[in-house]
Amino acid sequence: MKGGRIVSGVAAHCALIGFMLFLVFPLVWMMSTSLKSTPEIYSGSASLVPDAPSLVHYRTVFAEQKILSSMANSFYVGIFSTALAVLIALPGAYALARYSTRWNNVVLGWILGTQIFPAILVLIPLYLLLRMLFLTDSLVGLTLVYVVWDLPFVLWMLHGYVRTIPVEIEEAAEIDGASRLQLIFRVLAPLLLPAIGASVLFAFVSAWNEFFFALVLLKSPDLMTLQVELARFTGMEGQARTGPLAAASVLATVPSVMLFGVLQKWFSSGLIAGAVKN
Amino acid sequence: MSETLHTPRGRGQLKLLLPALLPVLLLSVIPLLRGVYLGFTDYSLGSPIRFNGLANYARMLKDFYFWKSFEVGFIWTIVVTAAQVILGLCLALLLNRKMRFVSLYSTLMLVPWAMPPIIRGIVWRQVYDPDTGILNTILLRLGLLHESINWLSSFEYVIPAVIVAGVWGEIPKAAVFLLAGLKAIPEDLYEAARIDGAGTWREFRSITLPMLAPVMAAVVSLSFMWNFNTFGIVWILTQGGPGGLTRLPMLAAYEEAFRYGYVGYAAAIGNVMVVVISIVLFAYLRVQLKESRS
Repeated sequence: MKGGRIVSGVAAHCALIGFMLFLVFPLVWMMSTSLKSTPEIYSGSASLVPDAPSLVHYRTVFAEQKILSSMANSFYVGIFSTALAVLIALPGAYALARYSTRWNNVVLGWILGTQIFPAILVLIPLYLLLRMLFLTDSLVGLTLVYVVWDLPFVLWMLHGYVRTIPVEIEEAAEIDGASRLQLIFRVLAPLLLPAIGASVLFAFVSAWNEFFFALVLLKSPDLMTLQVELARFTGMEGQARTGPLAAASVLATVPSVMLFGVLQKWFSSGLIAGAVKN
Repeated sequence: MSETLHTPRGRGQLKLLLPALLPVLLLSVIPLLRGVYLGFTDYSLGSPIRFNGLANYARMLKDFYFWKSFEVGFIWTIVVTAAQVILGLCLALLLNRKMRFVSLYSTLMLVPWAMPPIIRGIVWRQVYDPDTGILNTILLRLGLLHESINWLSSFEYVIPAVIVAGVWGEIPKAAVFLLAGLKAIPEDLYEAARIDGAGTWREFRSITLPMLAPVMAAVVSLSFMWNFNTFGIVWILTQGGPGGLTRLPMLAAYEEAFRYGYVGYAAAIGNVMVVVISIVLFAYLRVQLKESRS
């Protein structure tokens, strides 16, 4: 019995290590590539450890105006869409948590609805609408699109947390004569910090990672977001540039992986808080 | 209930919700409805919008490329969904054991999910690269290949190659949700089964699987939708090539709209995608429901 358990434990570890190799290896390989010299990349070496590690590809990336400015664009769109989405969602989340449940079903329905509809159906009319408002090929337009795209989910996440906060706290603030908005931003917001943090991370990562809308809505080379710029890199002009592409990809991955690490904990608990309370 | 305030309902709620609802309505709900409508018009960029009933769908019936793209769309969606759920379940079961390093593994496994879809594509392009790719290098060294293969432009290998990359990116999502589901199964069920002398397989069949059924149904449904609507990773890997072999429905719709300008037709493809997904999900959830009742 005991022997059998040890064997199964070893087998489980082996299986897990197999999974991890499969899941992590491609990224590790890309990191290794980004540190290899171009001749070494083309030498057909299978070694994970570069012969002579160098940061030359990173230097190339940073010397390229296009990549730097696309990173700046991605930060711009990410930060503004996140801030707007959370600011707008806070009062809404409060309303969903504290009043009747009719709108709750609408919001939840909308979250699920957006999953079933292919983005192309929204994208075409959105493109036409934004073109009318002179907001295609504009970071402002893209920011608005991301706000709307993130809103239902952020609303839902925040609303789950608001429900865990006792109403008595609000009643005390009301007696002190605070208005509803003051109540939400002065009294509740500090209590909601973990949830706000999770929403911020979620919204930022989804804007940082987004590709489809940016691909269609942006035209000028100097407005490209990082994902679109990197996608262009893989086209004809990037064929012979494995090293710099790997370096740029590593750089593009760093913010999302870092935020994701933090996000993951809050994310899972947030989902559960939202689901259990209903 | 103490959760509801004593203040008047309705008006106050709407006022607070409005800043969120208005932009969603303007930039999401209305465009979506308009998008559905455009699928019944002959609209192409630069020309007026004219209702043309079901003409787009009649054209689809005879459109070889449409059928091709839905065919590969189904292969992709079914294989990726099945593989990610099965592998994700294996991974979740392993991570649900009380062992050392489990938390390290649970963090590491998130890596593909945390990467932007475009980077996922770039990573696998580099793995598959005919000149510098590690896959060719390893297979050549092992003597399994005699000359390197250009995986992503080979008619034979491109679909499996794209599917492997897709599954790789989707396993973590399935594993995270299924692991949460496993953790929610009460421990005493297993203890009772153990007292009755049930083996591991019996436990899995008669406790784990039935208890996991609702989470499983959710994971399968969501994955199915997400996979059917995939764009980014395949776009980066192949742009739909070679010869349109990996032109998933979303890629087809994108090209119709933004390469050829047939916006109405592209929206019609989108509509058909919605109908197809709805039918499949409806059928699947009905079977699930029946099984869980019996």
